[in-house]
Amino acid sequence: MQKIITWIDERFPLTALWESQWGKYVAPRNFNFWYYFGSLAAFVLVLQIITGIFLTMSYNPDAAKAFESVEYIMRDVSWGWLIRYMHSTGASMFFVVVYLHMFRGLLYGSYRKPRELLWIIGCVIYLALMAEAFFGYLLPWGQMSYWGAQVIVNLFSSIPVIGEDLALWIRGDYTISDITLNRFFAFHVVALPLVLLGLVAAHLMALHEVGSSNPDGIEIKKQPKSPVTGLPLDGIYSHPYYTVKDIMGVVVFLVVFSIIVFFLPDMGGYFLEANNFIPADPLKTPEHIAPLWYFTPYYAMLRAVPSMMGTQVWGVLVMGIAVLIFFALPWLDRGAVKSIRYRGGLYKTWLALFVVSFLILGYLGVVPVTVWGQFSEGVPILATADKATVVARVLTIVYFLFFLLMPWYTARDRTRPVPERVR
Amino acid sequence: MRPITSLLRSSAAAALLVLAACANGPAVASGGNELRLEPAPINRLDEESLQRGARTFVNYCLNCHTAKYMRYSRLTDIGLTEAQIRDNLMFATDKIGETMTVAMPAIDAKGWFGAPPPDLSVEARIRGSDWLYNYFLGFYKDDGTPSGWNNLVFPNVAMPHVLWVQGGINRLQTTEYEDHEKAQAAAIAVRQLVMVAPAAGDAVEVRTLVPETPGTMKPEEYRAMVADLVNYLDYMGEPARNQRINVGLAVLIFLGVLFLFAYLLKREYWRDVH
Repeated sequence: MQKIITWIDERFPLTALWESQWGKYVAPRNFNFWYYFGSLAAFVLVLQIITGIFLTMSYNPDAAKAFESVEYIMRDVSWGWLIRYMHSTGASMFFVVVYLHMFRGLLYGSYRKPRELLWIIGCVIYLALMAEAFFGYLLPWGQMSYWGAQVIVNLFSSIPVIGEDLALWIRGDYTISDITLNRFFAFHVVALPLVLLGLVAAHLMALHEVGSSNPDGIEIKKQPKSPVTGLPLDGIYSHPYYTVKDIMGVVVFLVVFSIIVFFLPDMGGYFLEANNFIPADPLKTPEHIAPLWYFTPYYAMLRAVPSMMGTQVWGVLVMGIAVLIFFALPWLDRGAVKSIRYRGGLYKTWLALFVVSFLILGYLGVVPVTVWGQFSEGVPILATADKATVVARVLTIVYFLFFLLMPWYTARDRTRPVPERVR
Repeated sequence: MRPITSLLRSSAAAALLVLAACANGPAVASGGNELRLEPAPINRLDEESLQRGARTFVNYCLNCHTAKYMRYSRLTDIGLTEAQIRDNLMFATDKIGETMTVAMPAIDAKGWFGAPPPDLSVEARIRGSDWLYNYFLGFYKDDGTPSGWNNLVFPNVAMPHVLWVQGGINRLQTTEYEDHEKAQAAAIAVRQLVMVAPAAGDAVEVRTLVPETPGTMKPEEYRAMVADLVNYLDYMGEPARNQRINVGLAVLIFLGVLFLFAYLLKREYWRDVH
């Protein structure tokens, strides 16, 4: 075995690559619960690619056959139902895992110097993942696939001057059609997976270059070296320590994943929408069009922004900026410490407000705007307005204030001194 | 207490709240009307019920509606032999690998009914079994519609009451109450399919169905027949469901054992870190 490895090493940096990327990568020893979601995201990516390959073998990207071919997979392909449910559950779980991974960054300041570029690559991955999910959702060719795509593509047509032509260019037709389905299929199974894999490789290389942060926000590279191991005092090798720990994380994840796949594949309509079992019908607009849950916080913002000066482009702008603003985080945060453990009450309060806004906006994006009724006539200013819309507007503002006020409240926050060693 | 623990706790509480909101599910309401459905008394493991439902389906539904993703041969899932399927359930084809299609062209159907009857392969996944059960119980006589029938669950539906010979003829009964609270109380007391709808002014009306002409079946026999049919439609929406649940139990047991080993491995390796 060693002979083979030596033979390869003389011709390809196999051992060097393994050691720099994982085998001899030194990580802090105090990773907690929140640090499982990076490896889990990589695991779900692999799961999606493998199940996706098998789905592609039986799926038919043709407007006349797409819906039928999905039912064919569910009924006639051996274990097709399992592959399909794994892929549909995997799509939602990818977002669950990525949202928790991003939240970890907010908790422990993982985006702070020297990890700005690592964070930015992560944000690009998030954008690519949204595009991947959007293109993929058209493929089952159900009513929600069709009208969801219609709504999102129409967002582009609200852009002044070039909007209409841009939407036409994306669709390749005047409505969502067979041509659109074919190009979305190409994007979903070839273009975006390539982009995602490349970005994930870059994300990992950047991580292994700068080193992992940790729940205390201590830079272990600056610590003195242990005389015994030669590693930083709080550093351990990823392998075997985090190898065995992440395997345990994957098994726990698989338990949750399997409970959904085998017992709740629709997740009450949140992972698979009931109306998507109706074949796409360009002549019949559904009463209530809602995107899948992972887009709903942004969808709620889109609906909350009123149209002004005769155009609805403002909602689209707000939605776009709400996603892109994550890129600016490394420069918005002026805190003296990285980790929430040593931050003061100001940051904790704003982070809590942000999380609550995100969750409630996510809920409001699923339901019709009339869900909480209207304010009565007697209420000044708000009279007869939909309560849900007013709440969504307030929460959209809170969402943005979390970012826009960050330079102020992080600098002013009463932080505590960071210890030398991790806890 | 560490500050992070309290933050964790509050985010967990928020997540629970959202889950609780989701768990209530979509309310069956449209245009201020509120429908109270009876739960469908079905059992996915009751093969005899599924077989009776299949019989009802091919005899009464599969003349206008198709189930074009469902193969006759698949009915072996519910405990039938190929010979039984061939002899008792196949009227439109003699090839057991065929899907359940009908001879009626969709274009004619549209002309006759105003809308082509939808394919029923995955109807249960769209509507849910409770909706379907109440839909079959929800037909009533209405001279104002082209078919002479209307439905409490699906107002102005194009489909006539196909099972009226068995189920009899119902008529709509409307009772007005002075406010929403009294109407709600009355609706709950009905304990069967009922609709609460706003009426003139602040008044609220409660709509129920009362039998006018009895059918050839007793009411409880008719309900059992409809339940079997819904059970079958529910099965047909996802024929692999029972297999899915059985495999799922085995997978979870396997993962439980795997977790034990993964945990012990982790603990063994990490002993020297802490």
